[in-house]
Amino acid sequence: MTSARNRFASGVLLASIFLLFAASDANALPAFARKYGLRCSACHEAWPMLNYFGQKFKDNGYQLMNDRDAPIWQNNGYWPVTIRITPSWHRESTDKVAVDQTGGQQRITSHGFDVGGLDLLSGGTLDKNLSFLFVLSSDENAVFHFESVNARFDNLFGSPWLNVKVGKFELDNIVSEKRGLTLSGSGGGFQLYHFIPVGDSNFVGQIGDNQFGLEWMGHSANDRTRISASVFNSSDGNVDLPGSNSYTGFFAGSQAFELGKLGTQRVGFYAMVGQAPTNTLTSGGEPIPGGGFGNKTFSRVGFNGIFYLKKLDFQVVTQHGSDDAYFGTATAAPDALPGGARSAVWNGAFVETHYVHNPQLVFIQRSEWIRMSQQAIPGTPSNLGDIDNYVFGYRYMPIMNSRAGFAIHNEYSWIRQRGTAPDGTDLASSSVLLGFDFDF
Amino acid sequence: MRRMMLNGSLVLTALVTIALCSLSWGQATKAEEDQRLGMESHIGKLTGHATSAQGNYRRYCVGCHGELGDGEGENAQWLEPKPRNFTLGIFKCRSTTTGTLPLDSDLFDTIGRGLDSSNMPSWNPLSAQERADLVAYVKHFSARFVTEKPGTPIEIPKKPELTAERLKAGQEVFQRVECWKCHGPTGMGNGPSAATLTDDQNRPIAPYNFHDGKRFKCGTTDEDLYRIFMTGLDGTPMPSWSDNIKPDEAWDLVFYLRSLQPMKSKEKELARQIGLKPGAAAAAAPAAQQ
Repeated sequence: MTSARNRFASGVLLASIFLLFAASDANALPAFARKYGLRCSACHEAWPMLNYFGQKFKDNGYQLMNDRDAPIWQNNGYWPVTIRITPSWHRESTDKVAVDQTGGQQRITSHGFDVGGLDLLSGGTLDKNLSFLFVLSSDENAVFHFESVNARFDNLFGSPWLNVKVGKFELDNIVSEKRGLTLSGSGGGFQLYHFIPVGDSNFVGQIGDNQFGLEWMGHSANDRTRISASVFNSSDGNVDLPGSNSYTGFFAGSQAFELGKLGTQRVGFYAMVGQAPTNTLTSGGEPIPGGGFGNKTFSRVGFNGIFYLKKLDFQVVTQHGSDDAYFGTATAAPDALPGGARSAVWNGAFVETHYVHNPQLVFIQRSEWIRMSQQAIPGTPSNLGDIDNYVFGYRYMPIMNSRAGFAIHNEYSWIRQRGTAPDGTDLASSSVLLGFDFDF
Repeated sequence: MRRMMLNGSLVLTALVTIALCSLSWGQATKAEEDQRLGMESHIGKLTGHATSAQGNYRRYCVGCHGELGDGEGENAQWLEPKPRNFTLGIFKCRSTTTGTLPLDSDLFDTIGRGLDSSNMPSWNPLSAQERADLVAYVKHFSARFVTEKPGTPIEIPKKPELTAERLKAGQEVFQRVECWKCHGPTGMGNGPSAATLTDDQNRPIAPYNFHDGKRFKCGTTDEDLYRIFMTGLDGTPMPSWSDNIKPDEAWDLVFYLRSLQPMKSKEKELARQIGLKPGAAAAAAPAAQQ
């Protein structure tokens, strides 16, 4: 038995050495666990993915709605700061890379030890029903940006239906990419949340990116019913963009219901409707901040749901997306559109499955498909830009307590986009990731 | 030298024996617990199964209440008040008479409601089935749930009409049964005995302060308040007053205690109108006793 145990320990150690992670801007704050004396697993199905308890805590403005919420109760040693970083080993392989030396294309595979970016998170309550979140994220070269900066007024007039958030925040997606469990560099993110058709110039329709704006969110006392509406700059969360004089709206609603022994299910919808400039005034050839014009529209609508079958859960997201012909053809209004130009339209969906063996071990898969249903320029191959993405992995948290989070993460991802290789054929890449994911 | 070795051997033997006994007792306790994993709970139409709650107990509860349900989870050392020791089978919030086991629905309600003034949050985001399963799991820690039946729920008569007389009578009950000794003459939790109170595990415990507006541990309604002092809070110095207070008097006391709370209420308004001052009667009592 001891020998088997030793072998297991050695295996874990060896595996750990090769483990690798790419950091995402996930929000999991052990500082909350320390404040309330709860394990990570109380709020996270597997951190950073929230469970129903964690979602309610978040929706209440980082409050459990008891007498331990207010800062006055906090221990003097409490410091609401979390860091997250992911040392890792990873292997990236991309097919059909144009190579000068051979004048042709070949697969390029690279691997090695690496480190993901650093997330510095702080969040909590400033007073009863006044909360904040601050996430400063860096890339692997320690170049930082504000991932989230917002203040939230909760339970206005004593109603859980009146919560207002201002600043830069994640859109109210019940299937959150920021809290996703897949981390690999190629295909680890949700393609559907960032899809841009080939040749399309609209980069502001990415529902997975945090945005600058204002959000109203309401929920029932037990958080089973949730609804939100937000308005934000059409700037994809960037600051000082030339075309920021336009706005986008995002609307979401969902309803959870109990299904006996299977667990609690949730179904919902979302809709993003907005406009953004296709052109900008310039000065000396440089875009003038705020000088955007020629606004055109775009939309993303879909259904989503989280379904539990005891230890198995499925996260499902669908999307119907549309970009105006000006975006689809990358034409700056009021220039003339190419002949026959029309909106770029696509449909997509993904299913992410988790098998939660226990709170410390979760197996993950995601299958994602995006299909163009209408190319902006007639005659374009109908499947140009279509995406298939498959991810498999597991996440093991060998220790779990109320002080810190630590996980060993192993993942394989494969992604293919139709017709985007230099020679016009399909482009595929894969990623293997082994790493430590930890935050404190 | 031989004597020293003999003594050393005896000490060593004793230590080993104690260690083995402890180990074997621990294993026996765990084995007994495991046997009780077939425990069920019944709340309305729901049937909870302890075996179904193992994952959720590990996910939500073990950090405070511990693997063995003894309240010795990793967080226990940081928490005040300490987490409940389920192995004792003693629970504060019950609808049953003092000293008896709670109904399954009492435990179910506690899990869903949480316990203010403690680190126990409301777990109502969990489904009703999950909470019912957890009730069964909590029960499996204590052999009492195998050998004993839950107590009989106390009856709560319909709440009478609030009157000035009842409010005054409530203050007299507060005085007569000496609530003020722990809760203070004005209900601020600063009575003469307050500093000396301990729970049944000899840990300091503070009486409730009616003036800070916190929710009661075992519910928020008038009926909950009535129930608290008629069932008592087992494991704490708060006894059951069911043998000392008649149901009518209990309602009078509810009215009076409501008038002490900072929230707006009919009782508080009436107390103001009739000039009922908290602690006026109680303040005289200690002096009279002396």
